[in-house]
Parts: sequence; C-alpha cells; structure tokens
Amino acid sequence: MTPTVVLPVIVAGLYAAGVYLLLDRSLTRVLLGFLLLGNATNVLLLSAGGVAGLAPILPVDDESEINDPLPQALVLTAIVITFGISAFVLAMIYRSWRLVRDEVVQDDAEDLRVATREEIDADERDPELLSPADRGPGDGFSVEAGPHPADGTPSDDVGLELAQVEAAENESAEARAVGDVPPTRAGGEPAHREEEH
Amino acid sequence: MEDLIRVLTPLPVLLPLLGAAGALLVGRHPHLQRALSIVVLSGVLAVSVSLLFMADAQGATSVSVGGWPVPLGIVLVVDRLSALMLVVANTVTLGVLVFAVGQGVADGDETDTPLSIFHPTYLVLVAGVSNAFLAGDLFNLYVGFEVLLAASYVLLTLGGTAGRIRAGITYVVVSLMSSLVFLAAIGLVYAATGTVNMAQLAVRLGDLPEGTQLLLQSMLLVAFGIKAAVFPLSAWLPDSYPTAPAPVTAVFAGLLTKVGVYAIIRTNTLLFPDGALDDLLLWAALATMVVGILGAVAQTDVKRMLSFTLVSHIGYMVFGIALGTTAGFAGAIFYVVHHIAIQTTLFLATGLVERRGGTTNTEKLGGLAKASPLLAILFFVPAMNLAGIPPLSGFIGKLGLLEAGVAVGGVGPYVLVAGAVVTSLLTLVAIARVWGRAFWRPRAVDTAEEDVAAVRPATGTATTTEELQAATLPVTMVAATAGFVAITVAITVFGGTLYGVADRAAADLLDRTPYLESVFGDRVIE
Repeated sequence: MTPTVVLPVIVAGLYAAGVYLLLDRSLTRVLLGFLLLGNATNVLLLSAGGVAGLAPILPVDDESEINDPLPQALVLTAIVITFGISAFVLAMIYRSWRLVRDEVVQDDAEDLRVATREEIDADERDPELLSPADRGPGDGFSVEAGPHPADGTPSDDVGLELAQVEAAENESAEARAVGDVPPTRAGGEPAHREEEH
Repeated sequence: MEDLIRVLTPLPVLLPLLGAAGALLVGRHPHLQRALSIVVLSGVLAVSVSLLFMADAQGATSVSVGGWPVPLGIVLVVDRLSALMLVVANTVTLGVLVFAVGQGVADGDETDTPLSIFHPTYLVLVAGVSNAFLAGDLFNLYVGFEVLLAASYVLLTLGGTAGRIRAGITYVVVSLMSSLVFLAAIGLVYAATGTVNMAQLAVRLGDLPEGTQLLLQSMLLVAFGIKAAVFPLSAWLPDSYPTAPAPVTAVFAGLLTKVGVYAIIRTNTLLFPDGALDDLLLWAALATMVVGILGAVAQTDVKRMLSFTLVSHIGYMVFGIALGTTAGFAGAIFYVVHHIAIQTTLFLATGLVERRGGTTNTEKLGGLAKASPLLAILFFVPAMNLAGIPPLSGFIGKLGLLEAGVAVGGVGPYVLVAGAVVTSLLTLVAIARVWGRAFWRPRAVDTAEEDVAAVRPATGTATTTEELQAATLPVTMVAATAGFVAITVAITVFGGTLYGVADRAAADLLDRTPYLESVFGDRVIE
C-alpha cells in the first residue's frame, strides 16, 4: 500500500490558510480561519484511519481492505462540535456588530490604561501625577476631602459609623484650633498636611 | 463495594447533565430551577465524597461505559487523584452556585437578564469538568474539555454586554485554538498507536521512537498549557476573566485552569513517564511565576490583579510536575486543591467588594475595613493564605514544593526554589497594596459617581448613586463566601490528612500499575 501524498498536502494547505486567517483582526476572517483549521484537523484524523477510498464495513476477506471506522466516528463528533461552536461565534460576531458597529477584535481598555500610566499608586504621593480624568476630588489626606466624611455610605455597623463621624468632627476641630489650615479657602490647591510633616 | 463504585462512577457526569435538561424544562419557574440545581449539585458532591473514600481505601477502579469490553468501549477511571479533584471541584461549584443564587435574588434579575440560561449552562459546565477528571480515554477527555468550554463560552458572555463580548471573543478564539491542537494531537496519537484508550496508550507509546514521543507529548502539553495558562500561553486569561459576573469568574478562576493542570499531570505520568520535557516545563514554571506576579503588582483593579496571581501560581503546580518525583507531584496536587479553594474565595470576596464599593478599582476604593469589618475579614484571611503566610494552607503547599525542589537539587530546581520564594513575597506585595488601598486607607470623597459606572460598565452590579447607597450585602452571598473561607481554613487544619491523600495519589501516579490494572484487570492488552 502506497501512502497518498494528496491528503497531507491538503491538510498542510488548510492549516496554513487557517492560521493566516486566524491572525486577522476581523472576526469574520477569524471564524473562517477556525473553520479551515477544523476541516484540516478532520482530514488529518481521517487520514489516520488508513488508505482513502475503502469502506469501514465488515465482513471482509482481507484485513487490508477495510478502513478503520474509529477515526470516522471521531471526525463525526468533531464536526458536530465545530458546527455548534461556529454558530456561537457567529452569534457573538453579530452581537459585536450590533453593539459597537464593528467586528474587529478590540483592545482591552484597562490593559491600555495600565500600560500608558505614568506611575503606580501615583495619587498616593502626588495627585498631580495622575491624568485629570483619573484624579479624584480629594486624595484622602487633605482636610477638605476629610477622612471618612459622613457621605451617607451605609455602614454595617451603626456604632462604627457614629465613631467615624465623631472622629471626623474632632479632627477638623483640631485642625482649626492648631490654625495651620484656614477653615475656609478661596480656591487654590488642597492642603497636603501629611506631606508637609 | 466494587459494584457500588461502578454505579457511582458515571453519576458525576450523568446527574448534572440530566439536571441541566430538567433546569431547561422548568426555565419559567426560577425558584424550582434554583432548587433543582442546588439539589443536583449536592447529590454530585455526596457521590464524589463517597468515591474519594472508596478510591482512597481500595485504589483505582474503572467502569466500561455501556458494558463494552475495554479496548472497544469508553472507560471511566476513578483513582485517588481524580476522586480528590472531583470532591474539590464539586464543593467549589456548589458553593459558587449558592453565591450566584444569592446574587441573582438580590439583583432581582430574573426578568431583565436571561437567568434561565445560567442554571442549565452551569450544570453542563460541572458535567464537563467531571467528565474530564474521570475520562480514561483521550478522546473522551477532549469531549469533556469541549463540553466545559462550550458552557464556559456561554457563561462568560452572559448578558452579551460590549465588555463581555470583547473579552469573550479573545477567550473563545484562544480556547478553540487549544482544542484544535488537542484534536490534531489525538489524530496523530491514533495514527501512531492505533488506540485512544489511555491505559493502552501508556503501554504502546513507550514503544514509539523517541522523536515521535517527543512530538506527541509537546503537542498535548501545548494544548493543555493553553488551558492551564502556562506562560507563554497565558496572555488570554487576565484579559478575559475579569469582565464576567463575579460567581462565573470565581468558578472559572478556581476550576478551569486546574482541569488543564490535571491533564498535564496525567500526560506526564501515565502517557509519558520518561520526563523528556521536564526541563522545559521547569523553566516554563519559573517564567509563569515571575511574569504573572510582575503583572499582578502593576494592576490597579482587584479582579485583574487576582487573575494575574492566578497565572503566577499555576507556575507552582507546574514546578511540582516538572520535578517528576513523588514529593513533587504530591506538592502539586496539594497546591491544586489549596489553590482552587483559595482563588474562588478571593474572587467571591471581590464580588462582595464590588457590590459594597461599587467598583473593584483600587484607585477609587477606600475605607472598606471600617465600612464593613466582616467583608474585611472575608478578604483578609484568604488573601494572607494566597501569599503563603504560616500556618495557612498556602504555606503548607509552598513548603512541600520547596522541599521537593531542594530534595531533587541541581541548578534548575534551586533557581526555581528561589523564584518561588520571590514570587511568594511579590504576591504579598500585590495583596498588601489592595488591602492598604481598598480597606485601610480612608475613603476619599467620591463626587463623581458616574466614574464608578464608567470604569467597568459591564459588571452588572450597583451603578447608580441610589443603588450604591443601597448596596448592602445579601446574607446568602456573605454566607457562601464565609463558607468558603471556612473551607480554606479547614484545608489548613486538615492539611496533614489531605497531604496524605495527595502523597498516596502521587505514588499511584508514578507507579502506574494501579491505573493499568484497574482498566485491564490482570491481563495487559498490548
């Protein structure tokens, strides 16, 4: 029995084309690439079963005249799985089109933000290092922002919440008594008490 | 006893599948659906626990599905490793289901999101995971993977928001690629040996030329490496997991990567016991640890940080596998058990953080320790466990792996031991940053509540100011998370017992005869 060269060549061609399409950012091409790769794998499985052209049917006189039925069963299973997943991917592509009017693989916004950010935890040292969009209204240490303002955040513990409000009041009273922070400020930078110390 | 185990073995696959069908049928009655899912998963957990006790008492057993004799039919094999994995997996899935039910009820989203999809899909996922653990046949393992992956595609894109579709596409395409590599490997294995039965392969693969063996092993390892997120095949994970709903992320992070690790363990012990690729795996483990944890340190979002630590800690398990000794495998198995529980707990706790604080961005969170001391405890205990602070189970697992590494000796293992220690310290850094910013620092005034919605528009929890104000924690969700914290502590307390099981499982794996005898009986089929 001479092995056929046609099937391996087909498999190789399908794999090459499939990988090329899969690397594209357009989702439809990715799906087409997946289909090609799936078919390439199916042909590969099929060629594991023996020479092409023989039927997997018993009884036979000569053992070499029968094709192995198992790879064909495996291929059937694989085809069904590929079919189902392709339908799902098509639905996702359609959904992507409906949502963003585009069917191109999108960048991860959070990834980009982390990559382009200047410094980690920058706001803890100096809020100016943050881009204005990321900057909070207070850095948590200035008096204006106030630690634990009674901002209405519900607490699990009523006692704790009361203690918090009291602490906040005491602190601002203290600040006023020491006099290093004027009680009212007409604009300008928030005071950074922690950093000055 | 023997008969009982034969009856019980297929149930972890069968029950959830039947349950999924039932859950679809009663889709219009959410209460019935929830009750059905919980009952089914409790049943599966009970079956798994009894399987573990029986497998630990009498070793491996196999069941020929449909009564077909061994080389023709499909076999399911229960040995100590697969029974242990079943128990852990089903504990986690049941706990997360309770959490999800709590969240669903609290959000009242039976009407506006297709919740009737969630329960059937979740049960199918459990069936796929169980099938992968029980499979005694390479193609059946592939089917198990496909079942769990297909279910995971649906769960990851639940609700179909823009963020989830974007993340889902990355996840689906990468998973498809790994499935195709796996399928092609099966085709080549069959062409080379004429069988896909793993016990038969264990006998026949050894007779192949070394080059062929190496090719087949590397193809299988690439396929499983993508699923287990081993560097450099790990980039998909931190991109795709964080956008899913909290319970889904928790179960994915805990379980799905470990199914890949389980498959790697099987490949490296049963099919290719020569350890031809152990050196390569060793360096891959180092790269996974270091690259993963450096990524985690750079993150500002808690979910993304946890996803990166997940990648990083996969490196510990691969380290144990690459050592190739009984101690190494025992350490890896214990670490898998520990890490499934701990990673799920942390993601559930983060789900609670998101609910309480409206975001998981550490730049916006603050003051949670004062606002909700209970939540702080629920986050702190597993966080310290992940970092490996003694006496928690993370420390036990890491210590076991380090000892195994030192026992092997040589340049590679020593470098890995050093890398593992550094990774552990950096994990502590990453965890401490989240703790310091989200829990300990005072809460800054958050005037721009719309920012919260802008950060992660797809999270599906509290987004408006009114919802934020009302964001108290539902009892069921807190109870489920607290239960998980208790389980992680129990893993510490019963660490000795568990490590004993892991030790015996590892000895079985390296011996290989219990597995082969369970499939073949006393005759070995060449």
